[in-house]
Amino acid sequence: MSTSQDKPRKRIHLAAHFPGVNNTTVWSDPEAGSHIEFSSFAHFARTAERAKFDFLFLAEGLRLREQGGLIYDLDVVGRPDTFTVLTALAAVTEHLGLTGTINSTFNEPYEVARQFASLDHLSGGRAAWNVVTSWDAFTGENFRRGGFLAQEDRYSRAKEFLSTANELFDAWHGDEIVADQESGVFLRDAKAGAFAHQGRHFDIQGRFNVPRSPQGRPVVFQAGDSEEGREFAAADADAIFSRYATLEEGQAFYTDVKRRLARYGRTPDQLLILPAATFVLGDTDAEAEELSREVRRQQVSGATAIRHLEFVWNRDLSGYDPDGPLPDIDPDLGEHTIARGRAQVRMYRDPLATAREWRERAAANKWSIRDLVIETGNRQAFVGSPATVAETIDRFVQADASDGFILVPHLTPGGLDTFADTVVPLLQERGVFRTEYEGTTLRDHLGLAHPDAGSAADRVAS
Amino acid sequence: MSSSSPSPQTPSSSPVSASSGLLHLAVALDGAGWHPAAWREPVARPHDLLTAAYWTDLITEAERGLLDLVTIEDAFGLQSSRADGPDDRTDQVRGRLDAVLIAARVAPLTSHIGLVPTVVATHTEPFHVSKAIATLDYVSTGRAGVRVQVSPRQNEAAHFGRRTFPPFRPEDLDTPAVRELTAELFDEAADHVEAVRRLWDSWEDDAEIRDVATGRFVDRDRLHYVDFEGRHFSVKGPSITPRPPQGQPPVSALAHASAAGAPFRLLGRSTDIGYVTPHDTGQARAIVTAVRAEQDAAGRSGEPLHLFGDLVVFLDDDPAAAAARRERLDTLAGRPYTSDARIFTGTPAQLADLLQELQTAGLSGFRLRPAVAGHDLPAITRGLVPELQRRGAFRRSYEAGTLRGLLGLSRPANRYAATARSGGTHS
Repeated sequence: MSTSQDKPRKRIHLAAHFPGVNNTTVWSDPEAGSHIEFSSFAHFARTAERAKFDFLFLAEGLRLREQGGLIYDLDVVGRPDTFTVLTALAAVTEHLGLTGTINSTFNEPYEVARQFASLDHLSGGRAAWNVVTSWDAFTGENFRRGGFLAQEDRYSRAKEFLSTANELFDAWHGDEIVADQESGVFLRDAKAGAFAHQGRHFDIQGRFNVPRSPQGRPVVFQAGDSEEGREFAAADADAIFSRYATLEEGQAFYTDVKRRLARYGRTPDQLLILPAATFVLGDTDAEAEELSREVRRQQVSGATAIRHLEFVWNRDLSGYDPDGPLPDIDPDLGEHTIARGRAQVRMYRDPLATAREWRERAAANKWSIRDLVIETGNRQAFVGSPATVAETIDRFVQADASDGFILVPHLTPGGLDTFADTVVPLLQERGVFRTEYEGTTLRDHLGLAHPDAGSAADRVAS
Repeated sequence: MSSSSPSPQTPSSSPVSASSGLLHLAVALDGAGWHPAAWREPVARPHDLLTAAYWTDLITEAERGLLDLVTIEDAFGLQSSRADGPDDRTDQVRGRLDAVLIAARVAPLTSHIGLVPTVVATHTEPFHVSKAIATLDYVSTGRAGVRVQVSPRQNEAAHFGRRTFPPFRPEDLDTPAVRELTAELFDEAADHVEAVRRLWDSWEDDAEIRDVATGRFVDRDRLHYVDFEGRHFSVKGPSITPRPPQGQPPVSALAHASAAGAPFRLLGRSTDIGYVTPHDTGQARAIVTAVRAEQDAAGRSGEPLHLFGDLVVFLDDDPAAAAARRERLDTLAGRPYTSDARIFTGTPAQLADLLQELQTAGLSGFRLRPAVAGHDLPAITRGLVPELQRRGAFRRSYEAGTLRGLLGLSRPANRYAATARSGGTHS
């Protein structure tokens, strides 16, 4: 009584994350290029566009990470400015969506709204915003507003930041510019762009000075996995980045988040669920498995393994041998100070339980510290021949584990090339991935409606 | 013609172009042009002002003329004919795009010209500005600059809701409150530039080591906290973006003579290029003297500091045609066009005469503001430039791949590398 025959096959959404500042990125590989030079971004974006991907994604960081009070030096360090790179990429691509993380804590809505509206104009409607939050004083030390938020205020500020930005995007309705050279009427509406917002975090008013952009508003992504994050996404986001790239976890997350939409008067197709997924390809499944093992050894050096253990133990473990057993001392439960500037990850919230579980698993499997870190993190979601990976991706999407994937290659900038050349044609053959772009905007690619801001004529009439 | 009078503070080792006799040329781009009725000219493209194609066409035209750089105007407020807020007019261009992003969009499509967007120091974060301009330098492979501006306007402050300013009307300019505010904002801008510059230096050029043997991607000893503490903000650092290709992209600002002295002080303390607005050679000489005094006071004697004269230009092959065009636009606008800068109306040859005359006062170049972008920009690149070339006063090809190179500025040593290593020079 399978319903799968009745159900139309879902079209898969694919995007690519430019490898960033974490140990997924294998910088030591001879093929690894610059993560700063524009040529790397251009290569990556052109590959993604050649493969007809929906969008390219750039993460952001606002302070260099530290470990034990020193700048973390084992992974890629440093990255360019998100808006500037994305806008430059608009010059070397025609269709690819351009998605950037922009922090709502250390920016102001007027400025960010101007930048996103400008990116949307300059890319012909391809801008998307991954709204993230932060609250820590560590990052705040780089900013004029200084200080930081109480942790409980970060989603409150983020929600108001986004709603304020939306008020600014909507301050122009799209039909104000007449520009009639004969009559000399440039604007239809003398108050074009007028806005006033008064709230707990922002009390601003005036005239937004970027007229309505091709998409009206940028596409909004959300990445947090907490209860508040899921609600935020269900209420306000067009897409959510999830961490769950396995079938069962993915299905659980998908069901949970899609079910929340009705509460906000939204339908399930108004929020796309796109997990981040790494991949390793080989000519055969066996070859890919072997390559995957090599990549994981590259991603987790002995020193990296020790540093990762320190996140949980919250202590200096530099005296431990990465090829030896796990520490028998317990994690330091005091204020977490050893690693700063990293996103808090759920598994570190109960370090005693995590340490206990890891010791047990390591002992049972005879794993060293490095083996443990390799086995518990940085697993490639998709490992296999192109045929296997195409089949797996399709199966996951049709089984509602996601609406598609944001692929995270481990090499800059060529890590996407093989996927584009081998897996994408197989997905196209299956009829589940586009062979040409059908529209011009990112909203078109994602199947999202263009928000309607009404018209000046309506407002005059009302 | 004789070479311009060299500034006494410029040593031979830092070639601000006075020594060569060649002048530098920039154009200032703003919407359809600087005249408020420019958008009504047949050549204007008023429906395209918010498109990438429009800006690409303008800037590639400027590059065709071998200009040193373009500046791109910007502001957080809607354009207005009033100093103190929106004017609710519907007969002039309103609406603009972020200037840094316009520059970024055009960067991959050009290869030589300097790209100098406007940034408002009053409301932006030095950390964000520093990485944005550094990244513009990466995407343009060494052609980024920045023009720093302050905003004393109430209406723009209300877009941020963080601070309030007293009324800012032209008639209040010399009141103590406005003078004090102006001085404060310019000094804050100087702090902003200092923080931005320190962040550019916060990575030594060779900080990325990719040492596979030790597993280290960077040498953390070559990354530096900038620890800037100012009256309005503090910044810890280092930047998240490695030191840009030029090391320090050129910083510029427009400054007028002011009773408070603050604008010229900003040039003297903080910039590589100052845009100034002399109306004749005598004024130009006085301005150059005043800015050089501020430069000395800031302890920068001998460092290259370009001073570019700003002029609005109506250029036609026939002087009568230029005058008629200006009149026609003024009629459309309903009043004669006025400007802080001198307004030139005439032929490319007449303008070349004027520039060479002004150059003798110690200006090293000019920033021309096309009255009508679609008309006066091509008149600059296809009329003025060949005229100056004939006189041996302007380059015949791009001689450098970076904006600093075009401006005759060497790549600066990293301040932290110099202090961190005894006597070491990293460049």
